[in-house]
Amino acid sequence: MVTIDTEHPPSNARQVGALKPDLLITGEHHLCPGCGEPLALRCLLDTITELELTAQTIGVMGIGCYTAFSMTLDVDLVQALHGRAPSVATGVKRMRPDATVFTLQGDGDMVNEGLQEVLHTAARGEAVTCVLLNNGVFGETGGHMTATTVLGQRTKNTLEGRDAAYHGYPILIGDLLARLEGATYVARGSVHNAGAVARTKKMVRRALECQERREGFSFVEILTMCPTGWFIPTGEGPGYLHDTLGEVHVMGELKVDGRIRTTEELHAENVARQRDVEARLAAGGLDD
Amino acid sequence: MSTITSRGTITIDVEACKGCELCITACPPQVLSMGTALNQAGFHSPLLHPGCTGCAACLFVCPDFCFEVFRFEQPMATAVPA
Repeated sequence: MVTIDTEHPPSNARQVGALKPDLLITGEHHLCPGCGEPLALRCLLDTITELELTAQTIGVMGIGCYTAFSMTLDVDLVQALHGRAPSVATGVKRMRPDATVFTLQGDGDMVNEGLQEVLHTAARGEAVTCVLLNNGVFGETGGHMTATTVLGQRTKNTLEGRDAAYHGYPILIGDLLARLEGATYVARGSVHNAGAVARTKKMVRRALECQERREGFSFVEILTMCPTGWFIPTGEGPGYLHDTLGEVHVMGELKVDGRIRTTEELHAENVARQRDVEARLAAGGLDD
Repeated sequence: MSTITSRGTITIDVEACKGCELCITACPPQVLSMGTALNQAGFHSPLLHPGCTGCAACLFVCPDFCFEVFRFEQPMATAVPA
């Protein structure tokens, strides 16, 4: 089978995509193969660059696998204690109101360790943007169940699948935050395929624009793959995410300009999008 | 012999690849396949075949930032065995 040289850049072509986001000093990291967190990070960093917010941005990092990027991110950062990033972000924003403040947290950090922090920050309507990387497991400490693990999901300590009678029900944090008056923009995206990544990037952009307009609290939940924590081959991660987490944590914009959208609305939108993608793929690709 | 047209191409940082294969299924024209060679860390990495559209789907789904994407000014024809 004919293969093309992929070692040297071609001379007669224009570059349309770079190796790593501009705001990462190096693309090297120690995260597992097939991890979704670098994809979500790319959405966030590329959006900050495109909106020309780099110089005024201050990030607050939670504790998780993604914290490794705090050493290589070319953005001002504060490291918070486990789960406390939204409160730290509140302090940063109140002292530096002209700064663009975001938090980066995992589901174990935000929903288990520090649920009240994000709830109160949203309820107060603080003009910060919280980004949640939700994979349904404590990835960094070995893949244990978190509060967002969906029923039936296999984790290190729910080997037979999460059982409502024994483990309780998952917390749908996006839906919870959307009900709070202080939250202006709430969205749930995913990184299970290229189309989902592009859609998620738009959500991050709208959230940061919402903060720039000082309209209140903005929140983007990004469903990410954790094949190591899910005990599946890396190639099955995207499908598992879509069929397991994605079925419960329904993707879409949950609250736009203060208006809450129903799960039925989101489902209808997702089905229409899927039909559109399939039609475009059948017509020859998604590149245009 | 027949020809396949490529509207774009990519470069792959083989040493950064961890062989997760997400790009293989993400590629709309399905012109990526896993190679058999191992990099220094012991992972396989993808090979590119003719027909790339330069859509950047591989770049969007690569957790290890291995891809650079290019689009040709004029589409490139590659001869392949019939």
